Amino acid sequence: MDKLWLIIKREYLNKVRNRTFIIMTFVSPLIFVGVALLIGWLTSINSDTSRKIAILDQTEDNYISLFESNNRNEYIKLNGISKEAAITASKEADYYGLILIEAQKGQLADLSFYSDDSPSQGFLESIEDKINKEATANNLKDAGIDINVINSRKVTKEIQVQNFTGEKTSKMSGWIKIAAGGIAGYLLMMFIIIYGNMVMRSVIEEKTNRIIEIIVSSVKPIYLMIGKITGTSLAGITQFIIWVIVGFILMIVATTFFGVDAFSTPANADVLAQAQDPNKFQLIANDIVQLPILKILICFFIYFMGGYFLYASIYTAIGAAVDNETDTQQFMLPVILPLMLAIYVGFFSVMDNPHGTVAVIFSYIPLTSPIVMLMRIPFGEIAWWEIALSMLLLYISIIGVAMLAAKIYRIGILMYGKKTNWKELYKWLRY
Amino acid sequence: MVNALEAIHIKKVYGDYTALNDVSISVPKGSVYGLLGPNGAGKTSLIRIINQITMPDEGKILLNGEQLKPNHIEDIGYMPEERGLYKSMKVGEQCIYLARLKGLSRAEAKDRLTYWFDRLGIEGWWNKKLEELSKGMAQKVQFIVTVMHEPSLLIFDEPFSGFDPVNANLIKDEILKLRDDGATIIFSTHRMESVEEMCDHIALINKSNLVLQGKLSDVKQRYRDRKYAVSLICQNNDVAFQQIPVEFNAQPIVLSGLDNTLDVQIQIPTHIDVPSALNRLTQLGELTHFSEVIPSVNDIFIQTVQQHG
Repeated sequence: MDKLWLIIKREYLNKVRNRTFIIMTFVSPLIFVGVALLIGWLTSINSDTSRKIAILDQTEDNYISLFESNNRNEYIKLNGISKEAAITASKEADYYGLILIEAQKGQLADLSFYSDDSPSQGFLESIEDKINKEATANNLKDAGIDINVINSRKVTKEIQVQNFTGEKTSKMSGWIKIAAGGIAGYLLMMFIIIYGNMVMRSVIEEKTNRIIEIIVSSVKPIYLMIGKITGTSLAGITQFIIWVIVGFILMIVATTFFGVDAFSTPANADVLAQAQDPNKFQLIANDIVQLPILKILICFFIYFMGGYFLYASIYTAIGAAVDNETDTQQFMLPVILPLMLAIYVGFFSVMDNPHGTVAVIFSYIPLTSPIVMLMRIPFGEIAWWEIALSMLLLYISIIGVAMLAAKIYRIGILMYGKKTNWKELYKWLRY
Repeated sequence: MVNALEAIHIKKVYGDYTALNDVSISVPKGSVYGLLGPNGAGKTSLIRIINQITMPDEGKILLNGEQLKPNHIEDIGYMPEERGLYKSMKVGEQCIYLARLKGLSRAEAKDRLTYWFDRLGIEGWWNKKLEELSKGMAQKVQFIVTVMHEPSLLIFDEPFSGFDPVNANLIKDEILKLRDDGATIIFSTHRMESVEEMCDHIALINKSNLVLQGKLSDVKQRYRDRKYAVSLICQNNDVAFQQIPVEFNAQPIVLSGLDNTLDVQIQIPTHIDVPSALNRLTQLGELTHFSEVIPSVNDIFIQTVQQHG
């Protein structure tokens, strides 16, 4: 036990003191925040520049007055020229586009937008919306119907989502659950890939340094393997924690000093808009609080450790089987494939139907269960025995896989200069 | 007297390949025991079993009369053929780490390492990383790591491979000194001249089988086969040239120098005793040299391997 502790300590210190590791630990959050700031900044200049858009209205209904210039769009109102002339003029003046409202007998007939650019769906819909509303009102007026009468009798009820025990949620609760599960699953995958590779490299390093035989003449190979995986994962957790803390501090500093809101990417502008409504904000906060947070945290810990150890064992075996890193490629498929599969199942199947057959099956298969189950848990409604069974399967297979990996490891670390293939590995398992 | 190490009927099989087939060796206390054999004979397999890196399929190992146990690791020092150290770790730090894996406390390790670093003249390199050391210095560190926990059994697998002659000599002297201080040395090598120089016992493993074992002088005694080196100044070349090959089963005859000296290795047939043979030789010419050819380890090695090939 003492020796295991010594190995863990060495592996940990060796990783943590490594120059590349230190640089990565402190530079990565800088890069991450830098990129976030850059995106925020680019988004803001993108919306700062105003676009010049020409309008030619051939009707008698003065739709032109609906378009007020603002800091984003500057409207240039054309009058009394032909369609062709308007197109040529807009092109020559290098306008962003031309809104053409064509008429038949003075009434609205056709609506077109000319542009060499690709205008966004939202922008086009806003044009349609403005003109159609006005045209509808005009039509109603012509038919002798008062638009105000219609408006005042219009029903605009919003659906309120709540569960059977009566807790209200916002319509966004699905999104929040997806985000919670997605972040957990994605974190686990990244952790496995980054630190699994680190374990593998450290196994290869001991092999190429030829120190391995000296070590295993002092300790059992299985201790070395467990110590290596544990030491590296502790280093990984250290790095992760530093990333989160440094990243968080940098975010706050950046937001305060540069005045750029790095969180407000266009994608979540909608979310923010909703969140600004005090009632809705309350509901969203409710949603977050109502997530089974304790359950998620406990499960996250158990699946995180389980998933990591399962894959790290495989990585260790791969490291022991080869002589250098380039030879690892042929063995990488069984690691990357289930990870990718888990992420895909997570992002497509689980988010579509968290308790559907595909999602359920993959949350039992040990190689995918840590990620898939972590993504399902925020959606609730998973019986405790389902989670228990999935964890049991995971931990049983960890023991099995670790034993096989230890076998390959024990033999592989003492094999030099031999190109290993799958057949060879199978033979080792039978030794 | 209890043997330092005894391997009894060791068998090790990898898949369909038998690495060791019923191998038994006894290493007397305080001896330098040469473990010889061609590449792939099974030497390293046996050494790994002694170090408990792998387990034998059959048979057992006794260390100082006791069945091998995990904590015996601390009483064995092993320098493998494929050896190295952590490149990016400081020399002193990694020596302490390796010493502690062998069961020493930090303070003990520090003391002994300081002694050895002084002794081999590398005391200034404690805080250097291994990659900054010259190859010779790294080899010294490697040696220190093997012996620092003062084991009673030391195993060196090809200890001189990769050592420059100066360091090889230094290490050789250190090994012999450790023997004088009471340690038992097992020594696996291809380099027969170092076996001749250092070993007092040898075992020869060929194709997974033990083919020869014993005290070096006994083995040599066994392999004496009445061979003699003879130099003869011939009066009549023709007679000597004809008779020596016929009567003494001689190697091709070489005539050297201007004074008609004949240098030849003869084998005296069993029905003739040595004095008669000498007599006969003096009749053929003026005898200037006559000595027994003691078989070298190299000869014994080649002869035995070919016999069992």
